[in-house]
Amino acid sequence: MAEEEREKQKRFRYRINVCCSSSCISLGALKVLKSFERAVKELGLEDQCKVARTGCPGTCSAGPVVLIEPGDYFYEGVTPESAREIVEEHVIRGIPLKRFLYSVPEFFSKQKRLVLRNAGKMDPLDIREYISRGGYAALVKCLTKMSEDDVINEVFKSGLRGRGGAGFQTGQKWKFVSKAAGSPKYIIGNLDEGDPGVFANRTLAEADPHAIIEGMIIASYALKAEKGYLYTRAEYPLAIETLKKAIQQAKSLGLLGEKILGTDLNFDLELRLGAGAFIAGEETAILASIEGMRAMPRPRPPYPASSGLWGKPTLIQNVETLANIPLIVLNGGEWFSKIGVPHCPGTKCFSLTGKIKNPGLIEVPMGITLKEVVFEIGGGVPDGRRFKAVLVGGPSGGCLPESQLHLPIDYESLTKAGAIMGSGGIVVLDDESCMVDTAKFFIDFCVDESCGKCTPCRVGLVKVRKILERIGHAKGVEKDIDLLAKVGEYIKEASLCGLGQTAPNPVLTTIRYFKEEYMAHILDKKCPTGRCDMGAEGS
Amino acid sequence: MKSVRLTIDGRAVEVPDGTTILDAAMANGIKIPTLCHLEGVKDYGGCRLCLVEIKGSPKVFPACTTPVGQGMEVTTNSDRLKEYRKMALQLLLSERAHICSVCVANGACELQSLASELGVDQLIFERDWPELSVDLTHAYLVIDRNRCILCTRCIRVCDEIEGVHTLDLMLRGKETQVVIDLNENWKNATSCTGCRKCAKVCPVGAIYVKGEALSSTKDKEVAKFITERRRSAFE
Ligand SMILES: Cc1cc2nc3c(=O)[nH]c(=O)nc-3n(C[C@H](O)[C@H](O)[C@H](O)COP(=O)(O)O)c2cc1C
Ligand code: SF4
Ligand code: SF4
Ligand code: SF4
Ligand code: FES
Ligand code: FES
Repeated sequence: MAEEEREKQKRFRYRINVCCSSSCISLGALKVLKSFERAVKELGLEDQCKVARTGCPGTCSAGPVVLIEPGDYFYEGVTPESAREIVEEHVIRGIPLKRFLYSVPEFFSKQKRLVLRNAGKMDPLDIREYISRGGYAALVKCLTKMSEDDVINEVFKSGLRGRGGAGFQTGQKWKFVSKAAGSPKYIIGNLDEGDPGVFANRTLAEADPHAIIEGMIIASYALKAEKGYLYTRAEYPLAIETLKKAIQQAKSLGLLGEKILGTDLNFDLELRLGAGAFIAGEETAILASIEGMRAMPRPRPPYPASSGLWGKPTLIQNVETLANIPLIVLNGGEWFSKIGVPHCPGTKCFSLTGKIKNPGLIEVPMGITLKEVVFEIGGGVPDGRRFKAVLVGGPSGGCLPESQLHLPIDYESLTKAGAIMGSGGIVVLDDESCMVDTAKFFIDFCVDESCGKCTPCRVGLVKVRKILERIGHAKGVEKDIDLLAKVGEYIKEASLCGLGQTAPNPVLTTIRYFKEEYMAHILDKKCPTGRCDMGAEGS
Repeated sequence: MKSVRLTIDGRAVEVPDGTTILDAAMANGIKIPTLCHLEGVKDYGGCRLCLVEIKGSPKVFPACTTPVGQGMEVTTNSDRLKEYRKMALQLLLSERAHICSVCVANGACELQSLASELGVDQLIFERDWPELSVDLTHAYLVIDRNRCILCTRCIRVCDEIEGVHTLDLMLRGKETQVVIDLNENWKNATSCTGCRKCAKVCPVGAIYVKGEALSSTKDKEVAKFITERRRSAFE
């Protein structure tokens, strides 16, 4: 079937990929898609051009985005009116239309797109396109040439670490689940993504749902699990639609369900929707949610690998982690282990936002420096402002100053600097950001999202916010900084789950790297940036 | 059953495999402060009072939910742990209205006695006491949410021992509250059997029996007693 589909694709000289992912749709992509279809038809080019509805290539701020192949010509800010002109110039005259060409090629220069290999180039709603691009070949390889242990060993050898935040060795986790006693076994694909400003998982699901599904089927084969859940939030309507259709298509081709591809493998995959709480992405809270209870974390041990859903062994894996699996199976663990850095191989997707020229979704090899990401891929800070800090790791990440930009991106380096990998949010702040205010903003998020179970997180964060408010209202005293540090450390160490264990990071890192700004608020009663409530004049 | 040897505060102890650090300590006369732990029901791990250190890890572990391991060296009373326990009490005391002098539980309150035991006599944080509802509608049971420390002992005893699950939590973060049925007034709670177990296990003055002296109502052992009675009945 892959061959047949490739043959069909080859007949087209051009492929016009119109991004129809969330962000571009909000900028009018669906109309653009229609205009291209009309233009191609009116110009009689239907035999030569395929107009495809695709997922996001990552350059969302430039939307609506159109990618014309061959040659990867990116058009940005395309309007329905310009579609015909682009087709006439690019396809008929063979000269790309400069006016709309994407102006920042450096955005792609340092990226390495493995997980996002199909994003923006493939119709996510057409399983045949996925297959024509090598999809499900890894599954076939597993079913025909590899034993369960072979697959687990390959994943182990690859050195892949979980992309959901903590960076646990994926192969190790698979070994645990595989050895755990009890049946049935379950697999959960974690697509909750509650961090504000983070959209990598959503984009992946909207652009290439089958990569996730294939990863889950392979896991089900390796671990002898018969049931899987893809857990996402109701706020992701397009991702949900896409995944639903993809699951249906996989079922109709015999890739899901009973006797997969005629073998003894049975795997039933179900989509589960949460109401959208940050805590619902925590692994033991997901278990509770799928079991029909309040999404609250529970202490570990027992770990889900030995006692997960309904007390049975359960593999919980982030969807980006899962999307890496087909590549590892196809190319071998050895191949994967050589990408990125040795202790942290592979790539990582990041949502790059804030005060930056080229925001969007990127995928970079591990070990790349923050500087490269912010200045080379992101193009630095716009509007003539200066770079001040970068928040790495979402709302509970760390604010790192310029002096830390040389840091390579990997779990250990980030943690040492006070940040986390998290689920891949990078927010750039410029010299207009007040750091006390920034810290307060992120603490606010965690105060609202704390599940309320444990004392440090539920109560401690409220106190931290109170102290920050006090400082912001010119009522702070010098002692407050020590108190913040003391409570912050306590919350990090004593909290039950990852939310509390990381929530103080923005406060602790802004104190670590921008203490003088806190002192100015406390002693001079003014804000050096003049940007918070207090103002530059003080009060 | 396999037994496990470990040391707690330097003392060598031997307990069956699967025992929690807390149970191992208690069985050997070493006291670790707790609030949410209640013998007879599942552990919750929420109050974070029972934190201990295990040699070889920089982290702290809740004794009530961490199983013992062969050769483990547990410390229950370092300076850091003392600090952390005081901090937890500081936070709980400043979260909701804990004015002992006007509380029904005065003198019979686990929060109060722990505070005095651990030397918390002055609040370092701003009080944050919201005004929460008090339900006086039941013939003899009262819930005053202004005193609640969200240990969920009442919820667990009602669910696991009485078996009716009248109580549960609603909302999250600092808004979290114990509710009765689906946020009903207690008198309309059709699932409640009126057994009073929740009042018996509440460590503070949040659930109590009207007109009854707290010292006679509170009975932390009730869950353990019932579970043991049941177990012996089946043996
Ligand atoms: C508050 C909180 C939110 C989380 N949200 C997510 C999430 O949205 N997606 C995710 O994959 N992991 C999330 N995690 C991490 C999961 O608990 C878990 O570690 C992860 O899904 C394991 O998969 P991995 O090994 O592939 O990373 C969250 C953790 C915490 C503490
Ligand atoms: S750390 Fe926060 S979110 Fe996690 S269990 Fe404790 S209260 Fe809930
Ligand atoms: S009185 Fe008994 S049944 Fe009613 S809420 Fe309390 S524990 Fe549950
Ligand atoms: S009412 Fe009492 S027993 Fe129930 S959660 Fe609150 S403090 Fe704990
Ligand atoms: S949504 Fe279209 S480029 Fe990202
Ligand atoms: S007694 Fe262990 S956390 Fe409450």
